[in-house]
Amino acid sequence: MNASMSWLKAYVPSLDVSDTEFTDAMTLSGTKVEGYERRDKNLERIVVGQIKQIEAHPDAEKLVVCQVDVGDAAARFELQNENGVVQIVTGAKNMKEGDLVPVVLAGGRVAGGHDGGPMPEEGIAIKAGKLRGVESNGMMCSIEELGSTKDFYPEQPEDGLYIFEADATVQPGDDALEALGLHDTVFEFEITSNRVDCYSILGIAREAAATFGKDFVAPEVKLHETEDKCADYISVEVRDKDLCTRYCGRVCTDITIAPSPKWMQRRLASCGIRPINNLVDITNYVMLEYGQPMHAFDLSTVAGNKIIVKRAADGEKFVTLDGQERTLDKDVLMICDAEKEIGIAGIMGGENSMITDSVKTVLFEAATFNGANVRKSAKRIGLRTDSSSLFEKGLDPANAEAAINRACQLVEELQCGKVTKGIVEDSEAIAPLRTIAFDPEKINALLGTEITKEQMLAYFKPLEIAYDEKTNLLTVPSFRQDLLALCDIAEEVARFYGYDKTPTTLPLSSATTGKRSWQMTVENRLKEIAIYAGFSQGFSYSFESPKVFDKLQLPQDAKEREAIKITNPLGEDFSILRTLPLHGLLTSLATNYNHRNKNVRLFEMGNVYLPKSLPLAERPDERMQLTLGCFADDAKAAARGELFFELKGVVEEMLDSLGLSGEVRFCAPKAGEECCAARPYLHPGRQAEICVKSSGKCCCGGGAEDAAQECCCIGYLGELHPAVQDAYEIGARSCVAVLDIPALLPYASFDRVYHPLGRFPAVTRDISMLVPKGVTHAEIDAVIRQRGGKTLEQVSLFDIYEGAQVKEGCKSMAYALSFRSPEKTLSDEDVNASMKKILNGLESLGAELRS
Amino acid sequence: MTEKLKELRERALAQIKEGVTPEKLEEARVAFLGKKGELTAMLKSMKELSAEERPKFGQAVNELRDELEHVIEEAQTRMKNAMREQQLSSEAIDVTLPAKRRAVGHRHPNALALEEVERIFIGMGYEVVSGPEVEKDYYNFEALNIPADHPAKDEQDTFYLGGDFLLRTQTSSAQVHEMEKGRIPIKMISPGRVFRSDEVDATHSPNFHQIEGLLIDKNITFADLKGTLAVFAQEFFGEETKVKFRPHHFPFTEPSAEMDVSCFKCGGKGCRFCKGSGWIEILGCGMVHPHVLEMSGIDPETYTGFAFGVGLERITLLKYEIEDMRLLYENDIRFLSQF
Repeated sequence: MNASMSWLKAYVPSLDVSDTEFTDAMTLSGTKVEGYERRDKNLERIVVGQIKQIEAHPDAEKLVVCQVDVGDAAARFELQNENGVVQIVTGAKNMKEGDLVPVVLAGGRVAGGHDGGPMPEEGIAIKAGKLRGVESNGMMCSIEELGSTKDFYPEQPEDGLYIFEADATVQPGDDALEALGLHDTVFEFEITSNRVDCYSILGIAREAAATFGKDFVAPEVKLHETEDKCADYISVEVRDKDLCTRYCGRVCTDITIAPSPKWMQRRLASCGIRPINNLVDITNYVMLEYGQPMHAFDLSTVAGNKIIVKRAADGEKFVTLDGQERTLDKDVLMICDAEKEIGIAGIMGGENSMITDSVKTVLFEAATFNGANVRKSAKRIGLRTDSSSLFEKGLDPANAEAAINRACQLVEELQCGKVTKGIVEDSEAIAPLRTIAFDPEKINALLGTEITKEQMLAYFKPLEIAYDEKTNLLTVPSFRQDLLALCDIAEEVARFYGYDKTPTTLPLSSATTGKRSWQMTVENRLKEIAIYAGFSQGFSYSFESPKVFDKLQLPQDAKEREAIKITNPLGEDFSILRTLPLHGLLTSLATNYNHRNKNVRLFEMGNVYLPKSLPLAERPDERMQLTLGCFADDAKAAARGELFFELKGVVEEMLDSLGLSGEVRFCAPKAGEECCAARPYLHPGRQAEICVKSSGKCCCGGGAEDAAQECCCIGYLGELHPAVQDAYEIGARSCVAVLDIPALLPYASFDRVYHPLGRFPAVTRDISMLVPKGVTHAEIDAVIRQRGGKTLEQVSLFDIYEGAQVKEGCKSMAYALSFRSPEKTLSDEDVNASMKKILNGLESLGAELRS
Repeated sequence: MTEKLKELRERALAQIKEGVTPEKLEEARVAFLGKKGELTAMLKSMKELSAEERPKFGQAVNELRDELEHVIEEAQTRMKNAMREQQLSSEAIDVTLPAKRRAVGHRHPNALALEEVERIFIGMGYEVVSGPEVEKDYYNFEALNIPADHPAKDEQDTFYLGGDFLLRTQTSSAQVHEMEKGRIPIKMISPGRVFRSDEVDATHSPNFHQIEGLLIDKNITFADLKGTLAVFAQEFFGEETKVKFRPHHFPFTEPSAEMDVSCFKCGGKGCRFCKGSGWIEILGCGMVHPHVLEMSGIDPETYTGFAFGVGLERITLLKYEIEDMRLLYENDIRFLSQF
């Protein structure tokens, strides 16, 4: 919402503040000023001049030499001439001797060029100089050079100088900016949606008056109605009262269409509205002034002298006054006459009833339409107008009558027609003014202030909130639809007492301990380890395209494809909620790969959204998942699987830190099992499910044997399937790991119990053996631990080799074992006994011991 | 004999002096002081002396032994020190050569800012809680005093998921869940993802983060809201930070305010950063609307409270002078490793 200072001053005559004072104070009292623009920015030494003489330029056909009388301005600006006449050379052609024009004297400044192009920040300095050898001491200006356009100054010709019209009361030497109304500032306000009343000059003026403690002078509306009765011209019937609580009409006769006066044109211009003619300008003016959209119909086009307000029929077509055909539906409210539609309620009038220059009798409309309906209709039709954007905020029915009367008064004032007697309307009973019990103590208790009752009442007065001592009731004016309860009144008190003046205290509330939930604590620990392990934190979108599933090679019947769809997405790429956390991270890996970045290790902690049913009948399962991803800088090492084991190491560090060490198994996928089946987006031979021992039994053997069948998978890791790697255009082997936080949470613990440090020396033994290729480290490790007895302290694989020197179908593996007893120094015999059991066990796995 | 002893001393001292390597020095020690050494031999030859001379000569030999041992030890120490010196000087390295770094990862700037916010509020006794991102209309709108047909529902450009479900447009929905638990006092902050139907550009993202704050107890005032947020601003942006509260409108708070902080780049003088105003808009806040309390089963006659909401990306972009919001979601390592 824009408003010029000069227009505001029309209702707050004693307002006298600088632009910055106004900005700051209005912002602090709740009418936020977003910015302002001085209309005389970069305009200096601009006066009214009268062209006394026009002569041909001796050396240039297209130029003329003018003698311009600038009256007392010559003395005011200390020009070096005696008679107040300056010589100006110009290329303009539209002037004649005797014309009064705006002149910038040499040493002054204008806002822009005559072409109306973008204006330079510092304006354009005008200097004295010679044009083709003839001295020129200034410039005669067009309205564009003065920073405006002919849209707002229609008297400005298409090309050439601005020439003051005959009725302009200006003299040579006058301040031209004053005469053009350019000594003004236009403020841009941010109005919050609750303050519908402030989408009007009067509303802002009322706030300004209250803010600065000045008197608010509303326009006085008095009409000189003719003897003709309005009701003889028109009748009104509202059929759909749910969408129109009030419809007022007034008729004016003997209309003469002409330009509106300059003051009105300039006020409209200051709000960015182009003057058209007196009648159209009046409706726009009242809309700005009162915040009530108006419409004017040519009464001769209204059939049957009747206005009917009713819903349209589905699929009906209607041509609006901009010449466009619109398709309607049964929820669009229409203004109709006895035969046809003549306007879309609150949005735009029809071409068939628009005002033309030949109009003789006009019907003004001021109504209160249902805001939500106008908003939705405008959206469906695809036509949002100044009018609809006001209506959609929900207007005050009382304002409709005030505005229509004001419009009629302006018809009289502008001598553009005669006003018939009375008003026709069809309205719901207007609700009585709202009352709120006044409780100053409670207001103070809410604000933490000690403001007296009298002081509060003083704030209410300029806001037109009345107080009745006897009933202790505050009566809210109809235009303040936002004041519903005492808390709203408290805000009014706070606004005018000053948010800055209310005390600043800390709450004396009950003591509480600040904390995070257990899940957040676990998440934070995992993030910390990821960072220590060299992974940087990323964020990606929760939505993605269903095409992602194809990219990840998920079969058509994969459960992950059952994703929640957004009904109004921003496009296919943002149309479903992710069920897998990989796409965002892989996209980021690809971005990094494209930029040839090295050492790229990323992680994200974010939700996946698993619907329990589709369409949604209950909230989906939002599962927080930690995803780690990296691509290899060293292709050879990655080919050996080193990237996989590096990532596995990070995962193990994480699980150790959560107290899960010894509890976790990394299981290769098992064909034919539903749980721990191979994941199609990962390399089939380089992926593992991460399973934890639990009360449930997992097909991977991770759970207790006797318990119920239940998967205890808490995540997975693996190398990206080469096809997926190609699909994402990542040119290096990549690995990902995912930990599902809710799944691991029941097992996580930061509790620790100290185990005494052994005081007796450890005995170490190495085992070197040939084992069939199919035997896994996990199997060997399990045998050794199972058979090693209580004194077996550590088992570590220190060598693994497959190749030329090793028997076909076998691999060579070597383990270092360490034994220690808490009670004594172990003897060779003690250790030999354990080793014998271990070796026997290993032989049953098919191992051949070496040495 | 004494003469012989004297001559031996001269020779021994000379040989020790010549012993410039540990080996030569050891040779000299063995030659004179060893089991078969000259001095030992001399001691053995003592029996040739008379009984009166013997003690005196014995003493002289022992004195010489002590002297030689001492001199050898000194020479050894000197030699060791010289060698250590030589070793140290030969081992000097160019300390300006590149480091062997253990690559540590980087926190996302969003996370850095969030950690800071959490630290401040946990310190003031607030609990960090999280709420669901897929919400019911009731929690995102109705329970926050935004009834059906309210223009705010359009303004926020909600993503709908069918039925009663939508992606929450504000973390304020977490307030409602917390209030419904019925435990008072409530002192919580709830950070999380929110969603609005905005096309991706330098200042918009359809998916971003907010941090909601809520305190409900007896006798909580607007002055308490101001005080709490002033503490937050000073902790977050620096001790010198000033705050300004401007009236604003949110359906779920009344009175409502927006808080500006003095520009932390120019200290309030006005710069490119604060568009010359000296102030930067940071958050929205207000006293919880009695309807909102009531709807969640809290008696507004007994309890009052305040709520606030901060846009995480907004303060992240401001704090680290990041010009384009898209950088926060591209996860380019060159960007992330700056934090």
